[in-house]
Amino acid sequence: MVHTDLIKDPHVLTGKLHWGVIPFTDPVVAPVMFAAIFIGIALVLFVTYKKLWGYLWSEWFTSVDHKKIGIMYCIAALVMLVRGFSDAILMRTHQALSTSDSFGAGYLPPEHYDQIFTAHGVIMIFFVATPLMIGIMNVVMPLQIGARDVAFPFLNSLSFYLFLVGALLVNISLFVGEFAAVGWLAYTPLSGIEYSPGVGVDYWIWALQISGIGTTLTAVNFIATILKMRAPGMTLMKMPVFTWTTFCANVIALIIFPILTIAILQLTLDRYLDFNFFTNDDGGNQMMWVNLVWAWGHPEVYFLVLPAFGMISEVTATFSRKKLFGYVSLVWATVVIMILSFLVWLHHFFTMGSGASVNAFFGIMTMIIGIPTGVKLYNWIFTMYKGRVELTASMWWVIAMLITFTIGGMTGVMLSIPANDFVLHNSMFVPAHFHNVIIGGAVYGYFAGFTYWFPKATGAKLNETLGKWSVALWFFGYFFAWVPLYYTGFDGMTRRLQYIDNPDWQLSMYVALIGVALIAAGVAIQVFNIGWTLYKRNDPEYRDETGDPWDAHTLEWYTTSPPQFYNFGQVPVINDRDPLLDMKQKDAAYKRPEKYERIHMPKNTWAGPVLGLLTLPMGFGFIWHIWWMVIVSITAIFACWMKLSFERDKDYYVEVPEVEDLEDKFLKSNENRSYYFEKNAKYYKKWKPTKRTDG
Amino acid sequence: MKKKLFQSTLILSLVFILSGCKLALFDSSGVTGKEIGDTILLTMGLMLIVVIPTLILSVWVPYKYHESKAEDDYDPEWEHSTKIEFFAWGIPVLIIVVLATIAYLTSYSLDPRKELVSDKEPITIQVVAMDWKWLFLFPEEKIATVNEVAFPVDRPVEFLITSQSTMNSFFIPKLGGQIYAMAGMENRMNIMGNEIGEYRGISANYSGFGFAGMRFTAKVTSEEDFQNWIADVKASGRVLTDEEYDRLIEKSRDHEVEYFSSIDPLQFKNIIESFVGAQNGSY
Repeated sequence: MVHTDLIKDPHVLTGKLHWGVIPFTDPVVAPVMFAAIFIGIALVLFVTYKKLWGYLWSEWFTSVDHKKIGIMYCIAALVMLVRGFSDAILMRTHQALSTSDSFGAGYLPPEHYDQIFTAHGVIMIFFVATPLMIGIMNVVMPLQIGARDVAFPFLNSLSFYLFLVGALLVNISLFVGEFAAVGWLAYTPLSGIEYSPGVGVDYWIWALQISGIGTTLTAVNFIATILKMRAPGMTLMKMPVFTWTTFCANVIALIIFPILTIAILQLTLDRYLDFNFFTNDDGGNQMMWVNLVWAWGHPEVYFLVLPAFGMISEVTATFSRKKLFGYVSLVWATVVIMILSFLVWLHHFFTMGSGASVNAFFGIMTMIIGIPTGVKLYNWIFTMYKGRVELTASMWWVIAMLITFTIGGMTGVMLSIPANDFVLHNSMFVPAHFHNVIIGGAVYGYFAGFTYWFPKATGAKLNETLGKWSVALWFFGYFFAWVPLYYTGFDGMTRRLQYIDNPDWQLSMYVALIGVALIAAGVAIQVFNIGWTLYKRNDPEYRDETGDPWDAHTLEWYTTSPPQFYNFGQVPVINDRDPLLDMKQKDAAYKRPEKYERIHMPKNTWAGPVLGLLTLPMGFGFIWHIWWMVIVSITAIFACWMKLSFERDKDYYVEVPEVEDLEDKFLKSNENRSYYFEKNAKYYKKWKPTKRTDG
Repeated sequence: MKKKLFQSTLILSLVFILSGCKLALFDSSGVTGKEIGDTILLTMGLMLIVVIPTLILSVWVPYKYHESKAEDDYDPEWEHSTKIEFFAWGIPVLIIVVLATIAYLTSYSLDPRKELVSDKEPITIQVVAMDWKWLFLFPEEKIATVNEVAFPVDRPVEFLITSQSTMNSFFIPKLGGQIYAMAGMENRMNIMGNEIGEYRGISANYSGFGFAGMRFTAKVTSEEDFQNWIADVKASGRVLTDEEYDRLIEKSRDHEVEYFSSIDPLQFKNIIESFVGAQNGSY
């Protein structure tokens, strides 16, 4: 991450690359680099020693199974969380040490510090929140609607590798060259070639462009899956709320990601071919970039938070031992948020000078989104009302979310008033607000969902005690880290300061540092918990043999944990919004059907990893102006695509005997379900079959 | 119960307001700044009316209906109540109607472009954001300064703002609003300081490596001190020539205060027009 010397005339073979771009001597980066190389080599040796390459290739890398792709998304997201969180620690320690004169100017020069806050934003949004969410969607959504896989299994695999290439490029930038130092949305003209001549912005461009295309493909895939592949009887108004939110989120993604793709393409043309879309002179318009990037960027926030709302809904209903309150209301609130999310982007730049009328419109639209969001909060609270709330770790995340997100909503409404924004804009109040809603809303929701569905994906339940510790540490850590920054925001402290000359803010920076340390402990416990649980996965305390460890309501729990590759031996007919609950009440669950039918499944394919990973040398070539590498990669991509389009052997049938064999094992293991039913028997006595009016 | 909630809301808002008194945004020395500070507190207070009950419910409901509690009121099929739905939609709608009215009115009344009412003659100061310093041009007095600006107390100031390079945001937190500085375009902001003093001026929009040091001092002075300050600037005897301007264009960090006793009155216009094709920027 050093600010590199520029090469004016790229070499034919090596482009702009030279030894000077690798930070061998940087005291912060070099140890990380050597550690990363060491861990990488150790991992490769371990896999080779255990002879695991064949297994990994055939069972994971080439898999088109939505559950395995989902798990790979989550693993990548967690690795990137550690990376993005290290950036947060660096920023907090640096600002604590660079406030007032007592400690000088911290330990990071602006060339480095500015890359860190850029990388932190990019990583947390694109390479942590997005993949964690898509990972959970991948594992859960097809199961929830009773599908055998997503609509386009190969596309799903390709999306994952495109995302992975984006993440790899961001990480490569740490060791080869530099990352962008322009803020996570790369405002022009600062990100133009005139003011950022280095390769940093090019890394930003290609990492986002490639992974963004992956997200667009995912959106297409999930929308098609939800619309076309639901189990018989599952009408739209019988879909689980998580599936509804997944649907709305992906509609948002499908509409907005092309905006980002085109805007980045325009910036690419500006930087590579001297176009003038966003430059200062020759008719460029920097305000257009800001509009385009936020026309993508604001709906993006709802793209991230809507599925979290869905997860919260599922978790709350299950652990309240009660039906979800106000299903219809929740669905409509989701749809309203989806529509309104396109009409608020300008609130990110009231201070650009659009004038009072424009500002008033966008300010009021922004507030209106608060209404459906508030409705959701009340619906979750009233789901617990008259229930019997079981406070598992997932529920702890839900309650942490309710509290934190409500406060974030309040500060959001404060910011949405244009007059307020004229003094709060770009102050520390703004990062404090959006961390409040993204951590408090989206991330806590993901973790609630992650804890809830972890046994479904892996067959083992996470340790509850450790889980609750990490909730507590995140929860208090958040307030320690950000309340002081709300405070300094009120005092006129701007964000993105490499040093701070106001000694009044010293104490706030120290308190914030305590906060980040608490959250770091929370993250460490989470990572340990996952490792520990997987290590202990066969221990009866952890293992989930029934496929339904929480005594839940929805279809994903009506199969083994982890599910068979074909998901369901026989896809049930849906009569109710809570299909599994319905079946349990009618004593129709876990019964062997009269006969099984053979199951049509997609075959694994080499094309996802090969096609996807070929964009890595392509992007790298573009970044470093190594044109032969670009040409070779693109040619290879085309060649592979041709080969793929001539392949006919893409699917197969799972024959009945194999299905029978696997399903009988599952049904047998469910004979000892009494443990769960006993525990909740008292509730089930109260369930009474009633006629319900479905929307 | 409701009365208690309301009381605690009021008390808590009061605590927030009192603790906020020393903060720059709530202890403003400018006309618009004061009103904005009040608007922030008002909106926060209004939001707290709904936020505090919601927070209490988020903790109280799971406590009250915890699985360990008696089962008398357990009702697993209860999933709809028109009455509750009415309030769940109604209360947010009501509060947003009130807040939207505030947003609408203050968008106009506190628009930084709006000229301030005063019986005194307004003063015009032109501002150029540069890498990484602020250049102030006084077209009437024909002087220029870097990273320091002064204007008389209780007199409206009209800042005309542009940029020589990247996008910045011109902001004096203790006096009022901020607005973007963009090359080839002229933005406008009206401010009136009503307390004599020296205030921090900053760029509020990240603009590159020297951003943290892109600060200036805004001096609100008496009419007499303002004349003295102009005399001081004039005494520097330096002309803002093209060579001097080119030197200022060069990137520099934590730039020292500079005075120029003489400028070309068309300097600001020329800077904007130097960005060819940006003619649509003037308002």
